[in-house]
Amino acid sequence: MHIDNFASGDSLLHRLDPRLKIVIAVLFSVIVAVADKSLCLATAVCFSLALLLIARLSLREVFLRLLVVNAFILFLWLFLPFTYGGEKLFSIGPLDATRDGIIYALQITVKSNTIVVALIALLATTPIITLGHALSHLYVPSKLIHLLFFTVRYLQVLHLEYDRLRAAMKIRAFRPGTNLHTYRSLSYLIGMLLIKSFDRADRIRKAMLCRGFHGEFYLLSHFKLQKIDVVMLLIMMLVVGGMASLQWIILK
Amino acid sequence: MDNSEVIIDLKGVSFVYHGNHSQRPVLDNLNLQISRGQRVGLIGPNGSGKTTLFHLLMGLLRPNQGEILVFGKKRQQEKDFREVREKIGLLFQDSDDQLFCPTVAEDVAFGPLNLGRTQDEALEITRQVLKRLGLEEFEDRLTYKLSGGEKRLISLATVLAMQPEVLVLDEPTTGLDEDTVERLIQILRSSDLTYLIASHNREFLSKTTDTVYRLAQGKLARAT
Ligand SMILES: Nc1ncnc2c1ncn2[C@@H]1O[C@H](COP(=O)(O)OP(=O)(O)O)[C@@H](O)[C@H]1O
Ligand SMILES: [Mg+2]
Repeated sequence: MHIDNFASGDSLLHRLDPRLKIVIAVLFSVIVAVADKSLCLATAVCFSLALLLIARLSLREVFLRLLVVNAFILFLWLFLPFTYGGEKLFSIGPLDATRDGIIYALQITVKSNTIVVALIALLATTPIITLGHALSHLYVPSKLIHLLFFTVRYLQVLHLEYDRLRAAMKIRAFRPGTNLHTYRSLSYLIGMLLIKSFDRADRIRKAMLCRGFHGEFYLLSHFKLQKIDVVMLLIMMLVVGGMASLQWIILK
Repeated sequence: MDNSEVIIDLKGVSFVYHGNHSQRPVLDNLNLQISRGQRVGLIGPNGSGKTTLFHLLMGLLRPNQGEILVFGKKRQQEKDFREVREKIGLLFQDSDDQLFCPTVAEDVAFGPLNLGRTQDEALEITRQVLKRLGLEEFEDRLTYKLSGGEKRLISLATVLAMQPEVLVLDEPTTGLDEDTVERLIQILRSSDLTYLIASHNREFLSKTTDTVYRLAQGKLARAT
């Protein structure tokens, strides 16, 4: 499982109060997503690269994550330049690529990568469980947070269950191919997984009832802002605020 | 065995799983009495209905026939069983069902919090119980990253944290190594709880219990 891969470091960003990291991450992502001024985006790129350096994450790992993101963006490059109206730049066969289309695709690429890098540096450096607690202290509805907790907790169990079923198939010499037997067996696998999850959910509910559960959840951890948190919050707010004013006030 | 207060009394309990009516019942007119302080073992082949019996006792399943009396009161509805669940702690056969909170401390504190303890009290109980089981260093561990045996012990901690009067353990020794089983034996013997343990481990039962029943064909009989 790859949950929490980045969370084990000990950098400044790892130690920062997760509540303020969430706030900054949200503000930053929203601004980057709607901004279109190059200077604003350039600031954003520098900011997220700076965060990445401060977080001291393995650049190789981050790069691998970005590859996944950019695999999706590749599809945009196949369509956007040729379907967006505007001044024609060059053509491939019957297709005309436009200047505006290319700029648009470029912007989306830069924006997505910037946001993902910032999110990795800010959020992936906190264990997902701690993030959940931080979210609840930011008044996110507790139902959503418990959904998150249960998902994290049982993703692992489901994964193991899947592995067990797969192993059970393999040791009886199952080799997937393109034939009816394969499709039937794989659909059994998925069906079993669904039924097992359903049964599991029922048993968990029973176990919770046995321990006096009556619809109320309690959180044990609390956060306290340190001086360094306040300083970092101010610095990051300045940068994010600067980006916003570049976009909407200075370059208007 | 003394004649002290009977705290669990099953009278003529029969049970069939839904949609299984063609089959013979899992439990068939079964009787069981347990007095305070008694330590009872339960053996029986796989599928003989041990888990089913425990779930009936906790009110997770309802009998088709018969009566369930716990602490002298007849238990029929969900609200009758709420009190039962506060006083009887059930250790589930599969720990992954029992541990659902992200961290060990939260999972152990879940029961006490439900019983109306404050956060500080719940944490205090959690620490005590973990210490008693020699699991202090697990407090901040994530439940989904524990090994099978560790999950078993933490599950036991979550049950003990509710400070029950009766323990019901469903195959507690599966997945435990010898040393841990030995530790479990010590923990059980040093407690003054009433308990009921289903297990395939005869030696374990002979060291921890004073009466052993065998469950077969839906009925209980003294095992020798
Ligand atoms: N949810 C269920 N639905 C239908 N039948 C069940 C269910 N759970 C258990 N059974 C059946 O009831 C019988 C007793 O099961 P169980 O109480 O789990 O036995 P044990 O714990 O002694 O191994 C088995 O034959 C099993 O197939
Ligand atoms: Mg069982």
